[in-house]
Amino acid sequence: MESLTLSDVEQKYYSELFIYCDTDNTKKVASNGRVLDLFRAAQLPSEVVLQITELCGATRLGYFGRSQFYIALKLIAIAQSGLPLRVESLNSVKDLPLPRFAVGKNEAEVRHTALYQDTDSQGMYPASGTAVIPRPPGRGYQNKKGPPSSTSLPVHEVVQPLAPTIESQPEPTSPVVSPHQSPPTSPHPWRKHKRQHSGGNADRQQVVAATGAVWTQFREPQTGPVSGDGMWSSHSPPLPSQESWVSFTADTPPSITLPAAHPSSVQESTTIRTVASAATTNEIQRQSSGYDDPWKITDEQRQYYINQFKTIQPDLTGFIPGSAAKEFFTKSKLPILELSHIWELSDFDKDGALTLDEFCAAFHLVVARKNGYDLPEKLPESLMPKLIDLDDSAEVPEPTADVGYSGSPVEVTPNKSPSMPSLNQAWPEMNQSNEDTAIVHPVAIRMTPSKIHMQEMELKRTSSDHNPTSPLLAKPPELSEEAKLPASMKFVAANTVGDGYSSSDSFTSDQEPITRQRSQSGTSPEALKVVAPPPPPPRPHPSHSRSSSLDMNRTFTAASATGQPQPSTTAYPPAVPPRPLPTQTSASHTGHRVEAEAVPGSVAVLTTTSPQQIPQQPNFADFSQFQAFAASEQPSSLPEVDKHCEAGQVDKTSEGAGPLRTVKSDGQADERPSTTVNSAKGSSGPLAPPPKPVRRRLKSEDELRPEDEQHGPQKSNVIAAVLATQPSIPRSLGKDKKAIQASIRRNKETNTVLARLNSELQQQLKDLLEERISLEVQLEQLRPFSHL
Amino acid sequence: MAVCIAVIAKQNYPLYIRSVPTQNELKFHYTVHTSLDVVEEKISAVGKSLGDQRELYLGLLYPTEDYKVYGYVTNSKVKFVIVVDSSNTSLRDNEIRSMFRKLHNSFTDVMCNPFHNPGDPIQSKTFDGIVSGMMVQTG
Repeated sequence: MESLTLSDVEQKYYSELFIYCDTDNTKKVASNGRVLDLFRAAQLPSEVVLQITELCGATRLGYFGRSQFYIALKLIAIAQSGLPLRVESLNSVKDLPLPRFAVGKNEAEVRHTALYQDTDSQGMYPASGTAVIPRPPGRGYQNKKGPPSSTSLPVHEVVQPLAPTIESQPEPTSPVVSPHQSPPTSPHPWRKHKRQHSGGNADRQQVVAATGAVWTQFREPQTGPVSGDGMWSSHSPPLPSQESWVSFTADTPPSITLPAAHPSSVQESTTIRTVASAATTNEIQRQSSGYDDPWKITDEQRQYYINQFKTIQPDLTGFIPGSAAKEFFTKSKLPILELSHIWELSDFDKDGALTLDEFCAAFHLVVARKNGYDLPEKLPESLMPKLIDLDDSAEVPEPTADVGYSGSPVEVTPNKSPSMPSLNQAWPEMNQSNEDTAIVHPVAIRMTPSKIHMQEMELKRTSSDHNPTSPLLAKPPELSEEAKLPASMKFVAANTVGDGYSSSDSFTSDQEPITRQRSQSGTSPEALKVVAPPPPPPRPHPSHSRSSSLDMNRTFTAASATGQPQPSTTAYPPAVPPRPLPTQTSASHTGHRVEAEAVPGSVAVLTTTSPQQIPQQPNFADFSQFQAFAASEQPSSLPEVDKHCEAGQVDKTSEGAGPLRTVKSDGQADERPSTTVNSAKGSSGPLAPPPKPVRRRLKSEDELRPEDEQHGPQKSNVIAAVLATQPSIPRSLGKDKKAIQASIRRNKETNTVLARLNSELQQQLKDLLEERISLEVQLEQLRPFSHL
Repeated sequence: MAVCIAVIAKQNYPLYIRSVPTQNELKFHYTVHTSLDVVEEKISAVGKSLGDQRELYLGLLYPTEDYKVYGYVTNSKVKFVIVVDSSNTSLRDNEIRSMFRKLHNSFTDVMCNPFHNPGDPIQSKTFDGIVSGMMVQTG
């Protein structure tokens, strides 16, 4: 039994034509005038038309079902190409031009012909899924070489042109994204009008046809006349989403490889299947084509999925074991790799079994995949299991608890149906407002109660290339913004885990500024215990990237704490750095710590000095060591420095080290405030002679080495904390590029120094590790003796 | 933080190997292969209880020139090997352990997938993502 392979264009075209002919909207073109007109417009000899109708089985059925119609159209195309009309030729003829219908009453067809012939040249053949084979039940008839040509074609019977019914299509016009929809060439208003609708409907219909084909494929063994009749009779759309799929499962196993029909089990299901599947897939397509929620499952689909679930597991609250699910989905004949991926996406709790929701999601993904839609990298929100179900099913563990659970693509499982709609809505918002790449943004909008999930989500989101909500239409802004996030996100996540969590706690569905504020408030209080509560931090500029936002906030809060009006402080720091800083920074780097502190310190210092005079040499000299990281907006430097810091740090005895030491002793939370305070104090002697810092730096460098290991962890913590809150001086980047560049230079210098230090420390570490290893080896050697 | 992460099956053939695309990936493959000997040695050495997490983690197998190799074995004798660049930050033992834990978790998830046959190379995107996350951290 052969089947009909339609290209995307063809499917769309045929579907549109079918809609056009389906004046009664009954999904079966009962030989009304339009069909006849259409066929006549094909300008084929009448006997050819007769033959076509025979072949497609319409004569047998008495009317044109969708499948028959499509076959007929294809046969018309074949005939128009001058090829012999044969059932086999339906699929064998590749690159068949679309059937052409003469201009006449059927303006629609002509227009469509023109349209699709234009698009046909663009020839978009769908990606794997659509190239499936619709096997309308009518095909069965053809094998038997159909009934004797019963005289007059049913086609001829009804020749009453009816108003186009496309506009009255029941299905809502969805914003179908159709690559084939090129503006029609014909200026006819009616055509255009029709095009609009068809743009929506036809595409869907086309795709529906395609998808219908997908499902009919499963019923390959279709045969019986019963199936055909039954199918068309039961075509009501809502109806048998279930049955259509049912057949899929029932007969696919036996029928997959057998072209021959398996009459028994297939029949009833097949019938329903074709139509229902068309309807169902139509639903799916309609949903899929929606921009806002392409993965939503309609009620019909869900009902169908539930019924399918029941066939495997009668208890709706129970699970489908993995093996059963495997068998079930293997029937869809998708590649195992894709099925594996679908499983990964849909099994939220990673328990090797599917709950009802998981099953629906998996099924939906399978359907979508069969229709040619690529699988998302992450599970779309609409497919995530509802909280209700999660609550009901005891075994669904909150993946929250385990950070290592990042394997679950759905960290938002805790999210619930109530929040889902807002998620979906918030999602586009988030993406658009993401220019700021503040780490908190995506988390906040996600509204994930679980901090861990939020963190993981951020990380996953930043690392994922796909936008889950629009798998078909990757939104560049989102991607770009998400791409911007990764570095900062990782950095922040790594360094300010505590902060992140605390801030994420306070997340609501607020917009980005608010969330940012929250995160900042989360960090700022800690950072500025000593200082007064900072005013709301100014919004970071878009040009800022990554953690600099936090740094900026911290900087400004610190600045404000020192008594400077926060907005005005922004102006100062940028102005200050240029001249003195470069000179000062050159010698810098005693330690990361110094720099780490330098950042907050420098800002504080700057702010304090700014009122006095903006560029005061001694001031800068004083905290030159601090300014090492001033305006270190380069996040890349931060992680590097962070690593360096972790390599092992030393307490400084110098003034610069003093604050650090105190910071370290206080712990992460206290570091920043104390650092700030100390640095402020340090700067309080603003006119300290320049050489001191230099000496201190040198000293601290020396000190650093011997004290490596002792303070390693502490220092790393300190550094991490401080670095995390690196204030970037030139907050107003737009205004002060020079400052930024200067700070960049400084940071680079700092980096080189740090790198040097780091290598030295690494060397020491290596030595120690080698010793340790040798000791371990000796221990291992001695161990067997202990057992003897 | 890892430069190379490998999952070795019980029969000592690799189920999954991934290294940061630096110059010579083959070197890492060789390193992992040679580390298997050390793993075997450690496994046989630990004769008593085998269910302990602590003993699942084999620790530093051996350091070489500029990288260190850590090992971890599951109860089903599936081995995880992580190669870390020494010139990188010296990762603390706990960090390595957490990396192994994450690996183990995602490996379990992969195994839970009914479409995955044990013994087949791991082709899970989720697993890849996790591994990339651990390796990308090196920057």
